[in-house]
Amino acid sequence: MTLAIELSKISKSFPSVKANDDINLKIKEGSIHAIVGENGAGKSTLMKILYGMLRQDEGIIKIFNDEVNFSSPKDAIAEGIGMVHQHFMLADNLSVLESIILGMDKASLKVLNKNKYTEEINEITKKYSMPLNTLSMIDELGVGEKQRVEIIKVLFRGAKILILDEPTAVLVPQEVNELFNNLKNLKNSGVTIIFISHKLDEVLEIADEISVMRSGKHIDTVDSSAVSKIDLAEMMIGQNLPTPPKREKNTIEKKSLVVKDLTAQKDNGRKAFSNINFSINKGEVVGIAGVEGNGQRELAEAILGVYPIESGEILLEETNIDNLSTRERRERGLSFIPEDRQSQGMLMDVSLAENVILGKQSSTKYKSKYSNIKFNEASTNSNIVIENFDVRTPSNETLALALSGGNQQKFVVGREIENKPSLLIASQPTRGIDIGAQSLIWNKLRDARDEGLAVLLISADLDELIGLSDRILVIYEGIFVKELDPEDATPEILGSYMTGLKA
Amino acid sequence: MKLSLKLTTLLAPIFALIVAFGLSTIMLYLIGENPIETFKIMYDYGKTGKSIVSILNRSVPLYISAVAVAVGFKMGLFNIGVESQYLMGSLLSAALGAAVALPSIVHISLIIFVAVLSSALWAAIAGYLKVKKGVHEVISTIMLNYIGTGIIAYLLANIFFEKVELSTTAPQTDLLPETARIPSLNGILGIEDLPNLHGFIIGAIFVGVIYYWIVWKTSLGFDLRATGSSPIAAKFSGANPGRLTVLAMMISGGFAGLVGIAPLTGYFFKYTTDFPSGLGFAGITVALLGRNHPIGMAFGAILLSFLERSAQILDLYNVPKEIEKIMVAVIVLSVVVAYEVVKRYVTNKQIKEASKAVSND
Repeated sequence: MTLAIELSKISKSFPSVKANDDINLKIKEGSIHAIVGENGAGKSTLMKILYGMLRQDEGIIKIFNDEVNFSSPKDAIAEGIGMVHQHFMLADNLSVLESIILGMDKASLKVLNKNKYTEEINEITKKYSMPLNTLSMIDELGVGEKQRVEIIKVLFRGAKILILDEPTAVLVPQEVNELFNNLKNLKNSGVTIIFISHKLDEVLEIADEISVMRSGKHIDTVDSSAVSKIDLAEMMIGQNLPTPPKREKNTIEKKSLVVKDLTAQKDNGRKAFSNINFSINKGEVVGIAGVEGNGQRELAEAILGVYPIESGEILLEETNIDNLSTRERRERGLSFIPEDRQSQGMLMDVSLAENVILGKQSSTKYKSKYSNIKFNEASTNSNIVIENFDVRTPSNETLALALSGGNQQKFVVGREIENKPSLLIASQPTRGIDIGAQSLIWNKLRDARDEGLAVLLISADLDELIGLSDRILVIYEGIFVKELDPEDATPEILGSYMTGLKA
Repeated sequence: MKLSLKLTTLLAPIFALIVAFGLSTIMLYLIGENPIETFKIMYDYGKTGKSIVSILNRSVPLYISAVAVAVGFKMGLFNIGVESQYLMGSLLSAALGAAVALPSIVHISLIIFVAVLSSALWAAIAGYLKVKKGVHEVISTIMLNYIGTGIIAYLLANIFFEKVELSTTAPQTDLLPETARIPSLNGILGIEDLPNLHGFIIGAIFVGVIYYWIVWKTSLGFDLRATGSSPIAAKFSGANPGRLTVLAMMISGGFAGLVGIAPLTGYFFKYTTDFPSGLGFAGITVALLGRNHPIGMAFGAILLSFLERSAQILDLYNVPKEIEKIMVAVIVLSVVVAYEVVKRYVTNKQIKEASKAVSND
């Protein structure tokens, strides 16, 4: 069998870290080859090298037995390599056809031959049985369809080797199945697929061979039929797979948050969410499950007071807060872990000692009666957060941007919990961080709940939702369609409510 | 570790100055002048007692203007309108100051109060437009500069100035009475045989301290800096972006109102068509040069004033004195580049240390 890709002795260093260390990898033509590893294991760096976005310090890349030298993705595309990024690079106001042919021709004044392109695209969609209406607009498509556009786009440029970076991260289980069927068709037509993931179940299901990476090194390549999930996990992290801690209900029959008939609008006039009713007791975790973009982010931000509501009521500890500012809501014991820690939860170019103040800069906790900030207090408290939440940092003088994602997240979670809130809104609290940090955050959330904290948990990680929540609400197109007991919930069941298949 | 970081940060301006002097040397050489001779002439002239007084006097409004600009910068707001803000404040306070008779302390305080208030309100317009109408402050402050200049010209010529037929006097406000003038420091410091050193130099030091206190020590300053660092994080933390924008513009404008105080109460004693202008734009340069730091900007203001003063002598030696403008521009560019280099170095160093901390256990 021919090798589609042969990497020998690839090394790549960054100022702070050796991202790839002497990687040797063989990928067979017409196979699905998974590359697994934790965040920071070096998968992305390796793929960026393969796709011409980065240059290796050492080592040789061979594509179909020819040595290649890429200086930009253009070179990689010319050799038949295509990449589908985790975040789609599509413009909402273009049609599918336009999105696919975008950037194909040099800019000129010639009229585009759309018919010719349409035919060519239809040929490809037929060949790989991936139906697609070329006339649809991108913003009308679902997440799965958008991904299909990205894949067709790459195939249309003549890719024989397809790199998929975390393709299932944005999909619900049903969409994942569809993607996997598509990938199998592609494989049967001779396309080589590199599948980057850290979800071991999926990898075992789809891949022929699996390569494991850990801290920049290639640990091993194994046949997927010959390994178990536990073997892979051990190779990946050197320990067992974590699951959220066992739960035992601890609800106190006292309402912390009550939301009544809450409705909000988006900029485009559509409803972000409508007639939302729910409550959270003290000592209770209520999880919200939903495909991204179904109103859960707006709901969380509306409770914080940064997203305007149209009608309805929000009661925190039996007081109406919907006319209060974000600052006043925080004063009354609301804490918020935003989904994007870097742009929403921290000041990246500021030290941890000052970052601990964020959110409480106007409360007596850090504000003296002369309006001065109590920096000594902040320094002490930042050390408490660092200590209690195991934030790995040289000191509290370190700038936030110097920390790894997991440590940044631990700091944000720690700060919000150490502020001793009565209600904590946690949006994607463990997204994109390593397993160690993840299980620490799970434990800390659980401990805080046990001490009576009410938590609103929003997560795309369905296992996390099922494991941590006391109740799960499913949101679909801005409406709560189902309430589930996590005892009865599985990712599949949640998935079918999340996509509107069941109601 | 902290000390070594501070030292590296200090290296940036020194490095920038060396580069700037190097480039200026090359430039002088290229136009056929002797660089060393030229620098020596400038230095010798710049260090005379007369020059030092003049440099310090000029630094005062320049420094205050830089502070006004820096308040905006710390929050990510570009107040290009300091120019019309201070001119507006100067005109109104000059007109009012000349119209009343009060005890000296009250009189001077009133002039300062009116200048600060009118400049702050003029600046608030740009804040309001940004928050309510989404007009970017760069556009609105530039436009307000034009509008302000027009209004000032109208007020000066038609309201505050009585035209006498056939007279050739330029439009101007009435002279401030003695009670409205800030005395020079020469008497107190025992300086003799030199021009007056403005008393408002003390005001400028005050301005620096207040600026530092507001931006680095108060919770309002924390909101400002947080917004400058990450507007969304600041909003999520409870800062009100709209209120902050208007407030920051008003504080910036309030400082701008103090720019004209030294010339007005120190030696002009009236507002005329040749009242010093351009200080608002020069303040932007000084703020860049001093990286918005209260002490850095003081050095920046003094350096710029020194170069401008010492370049005056070059005409006598037939060296084009425009070389000074080029030198200033080269210094600013070098400083910006040098700080970026240092910033990257510090960041990388921190990342290295942070990743060591992770792998140690």
